[in-house]
Amino acid sequence: MANMSSQDKLSHDLGMHTEQLTGRTQETFFDLKDDGGFGYHDAFDVDFNKRAEIDASNMGAKEINARIRELMTEGHGTIVVKNPGAKHSLAVGILNRLNLIIEGSLGYFGCGLIDGPNIRISGRVGWSCAENMMAGTLVIEKNAGSTFGAAIRGGDLVCKGSVGSRTGIDMKGGTIIVGGDTGAFSGFMMQRGRMVVCGNAGKNLGDSMYDGTIYIGGEITDLGVDAVPSELTDLDKAWLTRKLTMYGLLPEKGVNHFQKIVAGKQLWNYDNLEPTEKKLIL
Amino acid sequence: MCGIAGLIHRDGTSGIGQEMTAMLQALRHRGPDSTGFAIYGTPAAGEYVLRFKVAEQEDLASGFRIHDEIKKRRVEVDERLKKLGADVKEEDEATEYAFRYRITYDGDMRNLANFIEDIEGAEILSIGNALELIKDLGDATVVSEQYGLGDFKGTHGIGHTRMATESDVDIRSAHPYWAYPYNDVAVVHNGQITNYWIMRREMERDGHRFVSNCDSELLAVYTANNLDKGDTLEESLRKSIEEIEGVFTYLVATKDALGLAKDTMAAKPMVLYESDDLVALASEEVAIRSIVPHEIDTWDPYDAEVRVWRT
Repeated sequence: MANMSSQDKLSHDLGMHTEQLTGRTQETFFDLKDDGGFGYHDAFDVDFNKRAEIDASNMGAKEINARIRELMTEGHGTIVVKNPGAKHSLAVGILNRLNLIIEGSLGYFGCGLIDGPNIRISGRVGWSCAENMMAGTLVIEKNAGSTFGAAIRGGDLVCKGSVGSRTGIDMKGGTIIVGGDTGAFSGFMMQRGRMVVCGNAGKNLGDSMYDGTIYIGGEITDLGVDAVPSELTDLDKAWLTRKLTMYGLLPEKGVNHFQKIVAGKQLWNYDNLEPTEKKLIL
Repeated sequence: MCGIAGLIHRDGTSGIGQEMTAMLQALRHRGPDSTGFAIYGTPAAGEYVLRFKVAEQEDLASGFRIHDEIKKRRVEVDERLKKLGADVKEEDEATEYAFRYRITYDGDMRNLANFIEDIEGAEILSIGNALELIKDLGDATVVSEQYGLGDFKGTHGIGHTRMATESDVDIRSAHPYWAYPYNDVAVVHNGQITNYWIMRREMERDGHRFVSNCDSELLAVYTANNLDKGDTLEESLRKSIEEIEGVFTYLVATKDALGLAKDTMAAKPMVLYESDDLVALASEEVAIRSIVPHEIDTWDPYDAEVRVWRT
């Protein structure tokens, strides 16, 4: 605690983990000596003022993704995809700075495994949007399907409408923001990060969560195993206000009514009790 | 995996055969083994459409004698219909082994079904005033062309593309399932029912018949059983959330309604589009987009959700 920077302390107080990324994976993928920092060594140098459009009406998913990559190699930093037609697996694996504007809706597994792009989708997304997202922002104007933001590690993932079930399942970092309601089992086995839902949450919220924080603005059907209410601090309120304002989702009545849910940390893996003893506790 | 789709027009009839074909073809990747349609036309007073088969498609490869056997079985069906007092107004031979009869019949429908299905290889696919139930091996385009569904006009329909996981690749295990012996009731399902055998034995003790070992058939029989006891479609769907175990999303169609039920885990997908004149729902939005190409608002029904729409 004593060696923490002020930024680290702020993060720690909000319940975030602050360890440095020094693992082998990071060394392989990131050039730590580069002053620009944390860009993939084969990332494309793009210009946000260089704009291109793709009409996806008669293209398959593989073709659309290849075209996005091709445009990035040509230095296009702003790409508009028109008529995506709810096709699956679009805009996946983008490991680059990029402004991607999708005019329409995506099917399943859209924008998975992204690291760095800013994506705006005017329509809806299907199941498993932004799975394993690492960094960047993704804003969806309408609704989203189930397993929204499964296992995300970083970035801001925003759905202005309502989302399906199992939102943020196994999330390991980053922020998920939902303007409407979320379904059952949201935050299931959540490990880190924060989830904000302005509307209601379905049953078993935060079931078996290890860590992380969930903020709910509406009604909670019920809490899952080991998910417990916690006090909404001034720091939480300041953070919520700032985040929700950024995406135009701040409720008229503010954020004081939000409920904060965290892990009770009574699950078996937090101690050395025998399974039968843990059952008694839970 | 399997894909299911449903469609209901609230403002009259439409080219439902073509629309369901497009939706199911868009779901082909979810299950290419077989495709089935339950589509609803304009009911004709006092008349029923009887769809039945007297052999499986794979039986045709079993030897030369099967062709004669099929002819004999069909003659036997004709004779038994006559014996029961059913009057056959029109006969269509969609394939060598599957037939469509337009009949008039005043007797007990369960008796008719049992009497026909007592013939070796015979299975009634559906009986109804408005219902036409078609299912066969192949994708939606193949089955639709084979059975001439392109020109079919109607109000609503449900359909299924099957990836066989727990039973054979044959017509018997293909969806939709007719809710024997209820006129005009059909079911399609995506999921796995884990208390299938327990429920099946209960239903069999109550006198219901099963033609396959496919767990989805249970939902058709279960629905029929509930309707038989006086439940409405909505009541039956709600009851199933409590009584049927496993993961499932299923659709039920009747003469004038389309219903949806989703299990308590919400583990199987469904995307819903609802407008003033049309309700379309499918395992994937791409199926809805095949008939509504412009930008639309869609959403996922939640866990344990039940919905019923009427024509």
